[in-house]
Amino acid sequence: MEGLDTVVAILVGAIRAGTPLVLAAMGELVTEKSGVLNLGVEGMMLVGAVSGFIATVATGNIYVGIAASIVAGMLIALLFAFLVLSLMTNQVATGLALTIFGVGLSAFMGIKYVGTPIEGLKPILIPYLSDLPVVGPILFTHDILIYAAVLLVIGVAWFLYKTRRGLILRAVGESNDAAHAIGHPVMMIRYLAVLFGGGAAGLAGGYLSLVYTPQWVENMTAGRGWIALALVVFATWRPGRVLLGAYLFGGITIMSLHIQALGFNVSSHLVATVPYLATILVLVIISRDATKIKLNAPAALCRPFHPTV
Amino acid sequence: MLLRLEPRTQSSKWLQVASPLIAAALTIITAFVLFGALGKNPVVALYTFAIQPLTTLYGLGELSIKAMPLMLCALGLSIGFRGNVWNIGAEGQLTFGAIAGGGVALWAYGNEGVWLLPTMIIAGGLGGMLYGAIPAFLKNRFNTNEILTSLMLTYVSIQVLGYLVHGPWRDPDGFNFPETRIFNEVYGIFPVLIDGTRLHLGVVLALVAVVVVWVLMARTFTGFQIEVGGQAPHAAAYAGYSQKRVVWLSFLIGGGLAGIAGMAEVAGVIGQLQPVISPGYGFAAIIVAFLGRLHPFGVLVASLLMSLMYIGGESLQMNMNLPLAVTGVFQGLLLFFVLGSDVLIRYRIRFASSRREALG
Repeated sequence: MEGLDTVVAILVGAIRAGTPLVLAAMGELVTEKSGVLNLGVEGMMLVGAVSGFIATVATGNIYVGIAASIVAGMLIALLFAFLVLSLMTNQVATGLALTIFGVGLSAFMGIKYVGTPIEGLKPILIPYLSDLPVVGPILFTHDILIYAAVLLVIGVAWFLYKTRRGLILRAVGESNDAAHAIGHPVMMIRYLAVLFGGGAAGLAGGYLSLVYTPQWVENMTAGRGWIALALVVFATWRPGRVLLGAYLFGGITIMSLHIQALGFNVSSHLVATVPYLATILVLVIISRDATKIKLNAPAALCRPFHPTV
Repeated sequence: MLLRLEPRTQSSKWLQVASPLIAAALTIITAFVLFGALGKNPVVALYTFAIQPLTTLYGLGELSIKAMPLMLCALGLSIGFRGNVWNIGAEGQLTFGAIAGGGVALWAYGNEGVWLLPTMIIAGGLGGMLYGAIPAFLKNRFNTNEILTSLMLTYVSIQVLGYLVHGPWRDPDGFNFPETRIFNEVYGIFPVLIDGTRLHLGVVLALVAVVVVWVLMARTFTGFQIEVGGQAPHAAAYAGYSQKRVVWLSFLIGGGLAGIAGMAEVAGVIGQLQPVISPGYGFAAIIVAFLGRLHPFGVLVASLLMSLMYIGGESLQMNMNLPLAVTGVFQGLLLFFVLGSDVLIRYRIRFASSRREALG
């Protein structure tokens, strides 16, 4: 019975650890589907995390904090959008700049808040269902953002593949010139897609600082923004696979933490390398097939758009 | 829209030089506003940040030794960026160079000799090179994105360093502090060049690297191939230049230089291995590379400017009680402004009403 409890604990932990990755990666997926590569996910997450934390401390209301993390992510994404879309700067370099800026800005904003305690978001125990054995704790004992993340995946999948607007967004990402020629507002669509990505990354950061470990620590995302970027490639730009991939990564993280609990004498430093090494391994496996990546990646990814007419 | 970008027929020569200056000016203006918003006298704050550190010989020495790792890392990165190879793991390659160079010093404990420092330099370079070879190999063999792999390896390298200094390499007489033994003071540490400063011989390595990289990029066929591969991949492929070779070169040279930077940090001012050996030099080097227009001499100037941001931040912390994180904010802003100003090189800004546009 104890073994089963451990498995349940790992699965519950995997879903919790995977949720910030789901949120950030879904945002990035929409951004990339519109043809823009935003490497600033890590920076947007950090700014979202610190802003949400500050707003929660200031108002005492965690939902205000969650909203603040989304807005902060969008604001800093707007800066990126202006540079990349209006000034046509190099997307890779500007994304790196966004991360460097986000790391610095969040550290600066959060100085007075390191060590401030807050009460994190409580999980909701769904009546009756959460009492079910095994399935109950795994599916029905989570906080509201975990369910929201799943809904986000369903919503994005529905938007991209079942609506006309989603089709237009994908068209812009496949060929901006063709989409422009038939009269779609390429610029506006890309701006909105980048903003959506920023909001989602901000929320992912807020999840970390308000729910997952309710506190502010400098650089607390610890590379999760980059793992989210890798997840989008891993999922070959399909929403459903992002969800699976994120939970898988969450599981790897949690299991590496359990290794020591199980009595294996491994250095905690070496255990901490596991998620990063797993990311590299997964990238190798998925990228080996170059045609698969080429067929699935938005064709106009990273291509600047300058309307001449 | 009132603001319109009009492509130039020829990119503007003088703006290529002026745009980093415009960016620096914009950063200073933003700093001015930020200091004011924080309730500090902006003039005094700017003086404390940008001028006061340069008023003493000691300060100039600090400027040089902090510019050294930035310069070495940025030189390597700029080669890759020119060839469209995005190595952003210089921080990890720096860390592995420090581990390899420091490892030699620890291994030689008790048997040191004149040979030690040169061996440490070579080991540091090789350590960084080997660590850089991983993303290059994965890119060429498995088509993996080098941005993500080189960055993931950075996180790994910092944990490996942590493991070593907490575990097998910890100083046996060090009261359980996570530090290694201190390297041999005569043979394992760069000698100080000017009395009264901490300026050490490692800085000379960086200057040599500037010249070597300049010769490579401006005077050799390999440099030309890297350049073409970056600017016109199709032309490069048609001419038969191997992009895989460019990936290898970028990562091996970049990794080697970053490794030497890491080794020179631990054999320079630190003198031992610690859990943290770099305040993000490898990442700041990305900014330095762009600020220096990916040119070796530009990198030389830009690394001094970035170094000033580090010691200026420390000066603000000590004298005006401002948080050290201000440096990070300015670094990010500077890169934004550099990238944004570059648009002026290729485009002219026109202020035209949309009606005239339609008529025109």
